[in-house]
Amino acid sequence: MIHARGLVQTFTTRKGRVKREVRAVDGVDLDVAEGEVVGFLGPNGAGKTTTLRMLTTLLRPTAGTATVAGHDVVRESVEVRRRIGYVSQAGGAFSSARAGDEVMDHGMLYGRSRAQVEQVGRALFEQFQLDGLWDRMPKTMSGGQKRRLDIVMGLIHEPRLVFLDEPTTGLDPQARANLWEHISALRGERGVTVFITTHYLDEADALSDRIVIIDRGRIVAADTADNLKAQVAGDLVELEVTDPARAAVAAEKLAAVAEPPRHGLPGVEVDGNHVRGRVQRAGRAVPGLLRELETYEITLESIEVHRPTLDDVFLTLTGRSLRDADTDPGDPDAEGDAGRGDRPPGEARAPSTPGPAAAPSAAEPPAAPGTELTGAER
Amino acid sequence: MTFWRECFIVFRRQLRMNLRNPAWVIIGMLQPVLYLLLFGPLLEPLVTRFGATNAYTFFVPGMLVQLGIFGAFFAGFTLIGEWREGVIEAERVTPASRTALLVGRLGRDLLQLLVQALILVCLGLALGMDASVPGIALGIVLTLLVGGACAASSNALALSTKSEEVMAPVINVVMMPVLLLSGILLPMTIGPRWLQRGSDFMPVRHIVDGVRSAFAGDFAAGGVLWGSIWAAALLAGALWWGTATFRRENA
Repeated sequence: MIHARGLVQTFTTRKGRVKREVRAVDGVDLDVAEGEVVGFLGPNGAGKTTTLRMLTTLLRPTAGTATVAGHDVVRESVEVRRRIGYVSQAGGAFSSARAGDEVMDHGMLYGRSRAQVEQVGRALFEQFQLDGLWDRMPKTMSGGQKRRLDIVMGLIHEPRLVFLDEPTTGLDPQARANLWEHISALRGERGVTVFITTHYLDEADALSDRIVIIDRGRIVAADTADNLKAQVAGDLVELEVTDPARAAVAAEKLAAVAEPPRHGLPGVEVDGNHVRGRVQRAGRAVPGLLRELETYEITLESIEVHRPTLDDVFLTLTGRSLRDADTDPGDPDAEGDAGRGDRPPGEARAPSTPGPAAAPSAAEPPAAPGTELTGAER
Repeated sequence: MTFWRECFIVFRRQLRMNLRNPAWVIIGMLQPVLYLLLFGPLLEPLVTRFGATNAYTFFVPGMLVQLGIFGAFFAGFTLIGEWREGVIEAERVTPASRTALLVGRLGRDLLQLLVQALILVCLGLALGMDASVPGIALGIVLTLLVGGACAASSNALALSTKSEEVMAPVINVVMMPVLLLSGILLPMTIGPRWLQRGSDFMPVRHIVDGVRSAFAGDFAAGGVLWGSIWAAALLAGALWWGTATFRRENA
């Protein structure tokens, strides 16, 4: 479905009088097979959207080639456009036009008849739980409904391949979970190949067969979520013992299930009454650990399990923290909201773990449509 | 065929959105009426000094061109709103012709301009304008050409700047000399020599002169010809610019 070789995009930025050439995308190779769901992961400004815009014919590559849905993105751009759907971060339905009208007009621009578009459109509204919203204006819809409408617009011509650019940014956790279900159903019910960019590890994890990680315009890893996380060496388990004097014993017990210290990994650490270490598949290991601690009469104030975050994966792969990467100065294509605290909401969630776990961070600041798009790559 | 269908889809969408906003429609219609009713009477006692006999035959052509320029220059502001909501991007990812995306929008602007022009002319006739019918028709055509040029430029400017804050001052900077040097409100011929020379370099002045000659039924003189040439040239240039921006957009 997608075969890209050596894609490069350079932008010229100006600082005062000094012109500088920045390689926003610097030699990207990509292969996506039919029916695959691929997560394209990277910090803000890594070149995700720029790559996506080249693959969707919106931006002509400075160098390199790409074949999308069987056609060359430069020489046969119209053929590519016919066969792909693209849902940008900004959406695509005008806020004060009627949803149905927008969907109809969009579908008809693909050369389809009114009847044909209406039939597909109504079916998609039903599939995406937008029944009864055909005559509503997007500005009166919830964030989740609006995003689902955007996806409906991207699917109105029944493409075999759809690109979703940060589909859940700015949605509250319930709306995200709901959208994930719809996105998963795309392949299941319609056999659509999905290419989804995100900076949330949990999102890529929940949706994709394979994750491609991009940093500073280069692909740094491409593998299944499980394999990537294996590189991170497991979940972070943090124990808070009641009696600091027993922390050493607790550390010993944790070390029995935790990853041994090695390059880049400190092993089990003790800090006052806090003990932390990396554990593979913490959900399975923790109940045993708790029984063991109980046997030694060590009482806990709290236990927290942190899933590996994009930051962890990123740190392991690049030796830099994602936060640092986000605020990389002089980055030409910072995708709008760099450094605005977009941490993966799943970070502090501890499923299947007894004890008080930190609550998932609640709704993120809603994405302001105006500021979202000020990146130079637009 | 496909091209005109695409233009029509874009045009119909734009028109539908505009008609849903009655305030927009009413203001659009009111503008020419107010100019004619509130500014026209001021000219009546002065008009003989311009070498004209009928104030409205002199004034309506200027008003027409002004409508064409000023109204159309603001067309781009709607485009920025659409761009911000991802509409332009969504349209550019369809196989539709990029020229159609622009032309469909121009169609909406030109329709609005045509309706305003007809109101203006009818009102002018009611107030005692004395003009030849073919001249009026030609004048309206020239107005539509220059209006199309301005709307296309405005769209191109909107997609290049992507910001109302940048666009508004740019338009003001362009508008100022156009208004002052084109003889829209008062004829340049009553000004001093240096001012007349300056206005010779203003294409819009020749278009205003052309429309005035047409209304006066004076087709033989060079005015109509030069006005038409300038209007067509501006439109061609603006269309080229506008299409290029829709094609590129990601500057």
